[in-house]
Formats: sequence, structure tokens, C-alpha cells
Amino acid sequence: MFAAENGLKGDPRLKGISDAIRVVPHFPKPGIMFQDITTLVSNPRAFKDTIDIFVDRYRDMDISVVAGVEARGFMFAPAIALAIGAKFIPLRKPGKLPGEVISEAYELEYGKDRLEMHVGTVQHGDRALIIDDLVATGGTLSAAIRLLERVGAEVVECACVIGLPEVKGRCRLGGKPLYMLVEPRQ
Amino acid sequence: MSSCKEDDPRIDGIQSRIRVVPNFPKPGIMFQDITTVLLDPRAFKDTIDLFVERYKSKNITVVAGIEARGFIFGPPIALAIGAKFVPLRKPKKLPGKVIREEYDLEYGSDCLEMHVGAVESEERALVVDDLIATGGTLCAAMNLLERAGAEVVECACVIEIPDLKGRDRLNGKPLFVLVESQ
Repeated sequence: MFAAENGLKGDPRLKGISDAIRVVPHFPKPGIMFQDITTLVSNPRAFKDTIDIFVDRYRDMDISVVAGVEARGFMFAPAIALAIGAKFIPLRKPGKLPGEVISEAYELEYGKDRLEMHVGTVQHGDRALIIDDLVATGGTLSAAIRLLERVGAEVVECACVIGLPEVKGRCRLGGKPLYMLVEPRQ
Repeated sequence: MSSCKEDDPRIDGIQSRIRVVPNFPKPGIMFQDITTVLLDPRAFKDTIDLFVERYKSKNITVVAGIEARGFIFGPPIALAIGAKFVPLRKPKKLPGKVIREEYDLEYGSDCLEMHVGAVESEERALVVDDLIATGGTLCAAMNLLERAGAEVVECACVIEIPDLKGRDRLNGKPLFVLVESQ
């Protein structure tokens, strides 16, 4: 579900956030209109508004874990975790996390990749939020959900700044609620 | 010059939560793992607060974070002091026009990239990463910012490995760290 349909209709911050996102055509390959959030994080007002909207939504939901997907999820998730007093857990590409990890495979357009999480960081009973900059097919987020559920956490919601058309009209992903701030710009 | 906040009572809490993982990513390396600090909301908040207290009145307009662990510490600092956050990334990750800086590794070399136009001339910049080892990556980061016309005010890391003398590779720029490790 999009923020505008879920309590924030007409909120001027959403337009500011959308306007701050830059579209880069034909990256990483022809035909893709890449939604670049680096212009959002370099706009202090819009970046703060982004974090504030997420924090306002989640501060009273008893979230104990905020998991961020490498690497762009790392730009948003820690600030949310800090503001709501939750643990921050990085979910990373293979081989980056030292020590014992569990991993989940997910599909790419061509081929597969894996996402890893440290063993022992999340307990049964932890209530988790998963954050990434953007959701397209939902493959990465679904792998993230599976990782957290394997260690007994309850995934409360997945949240992204941008939701691509593949998820438009959907309120759930992998059985979990999905919350997005804005649609892609053209 | 550079300093370490040895006398602040929050430092012990942060230092005690850093996990050392032997022989990662290869034999002989004692890896300083900060993910365990992030699992303790108090220790993570203290880490950010220590940096924010130092920089909030220094007119910093840009916080540049080095991929990927610099992305964990940089944005909360940027948000708290009202600065832009600029990600410095491995090759081919940033869309659009970039400038790139090569730097040496133990074997071979690597590259760091920054968006053209991310930083303007005369901006005051902070460079943030979780750890400074040899200083190669931080040096490349500083070069990118200076090439864009910014003034690098300081480099800030959670951990320094003093034996690797990274501090000496920063062209005289100050380095601020919270914890020193052997």
C-alpha cells in the first residue's frame, strides 16, 4: 500500500520526496528508468521527511529489529532503528558478513543471488521491519522475509521509499504487509 | 590534529560491543566487526551522538560515506547535523555521470566513485567509514571530494588500527576515531 492511500493523502512531504528522486534512463541497461535515491539523501529536508514518515508509522508498533538490505537499504534503515530504539541488522551479499551466517537464495532476471544474515542476532519473538530503497519484483524482500522467519522473528511489515508498477495495487508481499512512500517518476 | 575520546564514558560501551572475528576475510586478519554494536541501540546511539556532538557546530555541509559500512553511520550523522549525505561507491553502482579515483590494495587496485554534481565547490565535507586500516580507501575518498572543490574538514571512523598507520596517508587531514584496536 502506498502512504497516500494509508493516512498521508495530500501530505506535502510526499511530493517533496518524489521530486527529490532523480530518474536516470537506461541504467543499468537500455529500457530501465532507474530511480536514483542519491538525490533524495543529498536533500536534507526530503531525507529527514522520509525518515520521519517511517518513524511516525513504526514507533508505536513495538518493533525490536530493523533489517536493512545492502547497500541502499543501509542509507535508510539505521536512522529508523535509532529513532525507534530497535536493533539494526544488515542483510548482505554473500561473503561480506564475518562469522556464522544463514543465507537465502533469490531469483534475478538472469540467474540467482543470495542474501545473508548473522546467526544469533534475532530471537524468536522479535518483531521485525525490513527496509529497502525500492521494491520491484519483490525477490530480494521475499528472501529477507524468509531469513527473518527462519530464526523465529515475526516480520511486521516491509517498507520501501519507492514501489514499482509490479507491486502497484498490492498490499502484501510474501504474506507480509508492504508499505511504500511514492511511485516511480517518469 | 586528531583525537580519540578516551575519557568519555560512552566509549567503553561501544568498544566492548565490537566483535573480533579471527581469520576473516583471510587467515591472519583479526576482523573488527561493528555489527554487534548495531545490535545494541544504546551503543549505536552513543556512537552517532559522539560524532554529532563533535561536528554539529563545524558548518559541515556534506557527509560522505564509504560503501557499504559507511552507509550505516554516515546518514544518521548527516540527518542530525542537517548536511547532505553523499555515498561513495564501488564501480558501476552509481547511475549517471561519476568521477572515479583508483587506489592500491595489498594485491592490485580498486576504485571509488562519486556522482558529478553531488558536491559543490567550497562545501565543507566529512568522510565517514566504520574503520581505518591502511587509509587507502579514505585517501581515495578525500581525493574525490577535493577534486569536486570541497574542503575535507575531517575523516571520522569508529575504529582505527594504529599499527597500519592509515593516519599518515591522509595528507595531513585530521582523523577522529572513537576506538583504537590492536
